[in-house]
Amino acid sequence: MAGAQRVAGSQPYSAGSLLPKGRLTGPMPWVITIMMFLTVLASAAGLALDHAARSLSADVSDRITIQIAEADPEARGRAVSRIVNLLGETEGAANITIVPEATLVAQLAPWLGTDLKISDIPVPALVDADFVAPQEQRTAKLAALDQAVKAINPQARVEPHATYLAPMARLVRGVGILSFAVVALMVAATCAVVVLAARGAHATHRGTIDIMHMLGATDTQVVRLFQERMTRDALFGAVLGFAGATAVILLVGRSIAAVASDLVRSVSLPGYTWFLLPLLPVLGVAVAWLSARVTLQRALRRSL
Amino acid sequence: MARIVQFENVGLRYGHGPETLSDLSFSLDEGAFYFLTGASGAGKTSLLKLLYLAQRPSRGSIRLFDADVVTLPRARLPGFRRRIGVVFQDFRLVPHLSAFDNIALPLRIAGVSDSQLRPPVEEMLHWVGLTDRAHALPPTLSGGEQQRVAIARAVIGRPELLVADEPTGNVDMEMATRLITLFEALNKLGTTIVVATHDYNLLGKVAEAQMLRLERGRLAAPPGLMAAPVRPRALD
Repeated sequence: MAGAQRVAGSQPYSAGSLLPKGRLTGPMPWVITIMMFLTVLASAAGLALDHAARSLSADVSDRITIQIAEADPEARGRAVSRIVNLLGETEGAANITIVPEATLVAQLAPWLGTDLKISDIPVPALVDADFVAPQEQRTAKLAALDQAVKAINPQARVEPHATYLAPMARLVRGVGILSFAVVALMVAATCAVVVLAARGAHATHRGTIDIMHMLGATDTQVVRLFQERMTRDALFGAVLGFAGATAVILLVGRSIAAVASDLVRSVSLPGYTWFLLPLLPVLGVAVAWLSARVTLQRALRRSL
Repeated sequence: MARIVQFENVGLRYGHGPETLSDLSFSLDEGAFYFLTGASGAGKTSLLKLLYLAQRPSRGSIRLFDADVVTLPRARLPGFRRRIGVVFQDFRLVPHLSAFDNIALPLRIAGVSDSQLRPPVEEMLHWVGLTDRAHALPPTLSGGEQQRVAIARAVIGRPELLVADEPTGNVDMEMATRLITLFEALNKLGTTIVVATHDYNLLGKVAEAQMLRLERGRLAAPPGLMAAPVRPRALD
């Protein structure tokens, strides 16, 4: 076997890939792009809504408003003074604020016009305060406070903010949980896509796999070959989907920042989001890697 | 002489069909040269599949390299396959790999680095007369050229057992003679050779060759030295 010649003159030799060049997994990278795009958006929505729900809960849980719906302005003024004094002496009450008439006028302006004189109609007086009490005693203490203010003026009543905003907070939290459920479904769908792609790649390249097996290749060698390519395809899709979703999140964030509503602005991304969201493409690629590995190993075990 | 292959009452059936091979009992000596003959459908390719571990028998026992390969765990098969060179009847070249890369494949699978595999691959290309076609893809090669690539791929790892299914079916007599000379050279280096063939002319080219003849899935005669002139009855 002597007398070997250099092959093809000066043409440098480069090892050919055992699998054909180009995409191995058909449309899988593009499907993963879409999946990752939606997963990142759903996760961001979930995190933002969860953050909003927590903020709403924190904001409203301790806040109360005492409404004095007394038609006589003098009696109403006296009642306000006495109620403020009462709150000052009540354990757990703080940050007591009489809502200024100007604020009430401004709030009623859309319905009653701007030339409203507060003395012309019996607009209730409002006193805001924080009212902190242990959760198990809260209802009883609020009832006692309500009785106390009614003793000052029968038209006065205590209104905990939680009564109005807690259902909203629950709704926001519920939608947030739904977002995380969507993320879980996306992960499952990504697994399914990768499994189908891996099976397809295995079927398409069955001939090459058989040759490799007959030449002594181990399952690990064959799996590694496919896995590298499939992981690369998945990485492409994950990065592209993440980049697109991040751009959308930033645009939506700018739009939300421009909206005056406190409720809408409460839907903001907490700082840790920017640590969690970049983990999604990493998780996506890891899921693809593992799905491809398990699928191919199972498929190979069916042959000799 | 030590036995490299030992069949005892081996039968093979595909699925629920009839037995393709029945009651095969024979042994092959290490370092010997065998021609496997028989009519089309006699079971030559099936017997070779058992030899190169592409199939497990339906019954009986097969010992290869002193191991029972019937009960051998699947994970240990690759190690055995690396000791066997196979020339497939349909070549089974990887279509998107060049002739060079196809020949290099067993070495790459065995973990030989690209820099180390170049000299032996070039040597094999030269030996089968395909140096100028090193970078050609199989679809651009003629049938004979593809067959030579397949043969080069089978022998490059210096296998202990070389199994060839009609290795000269697509080459002219001159090339067939060169290939058989190559097999003989390998045989002299200690490789046991099993060549399935229809070609009567080949049978007389290896002086020390023994013949196994299959008839309808059964061994017509135990392995033995061929008497000249060689012209077995059952060949078509």
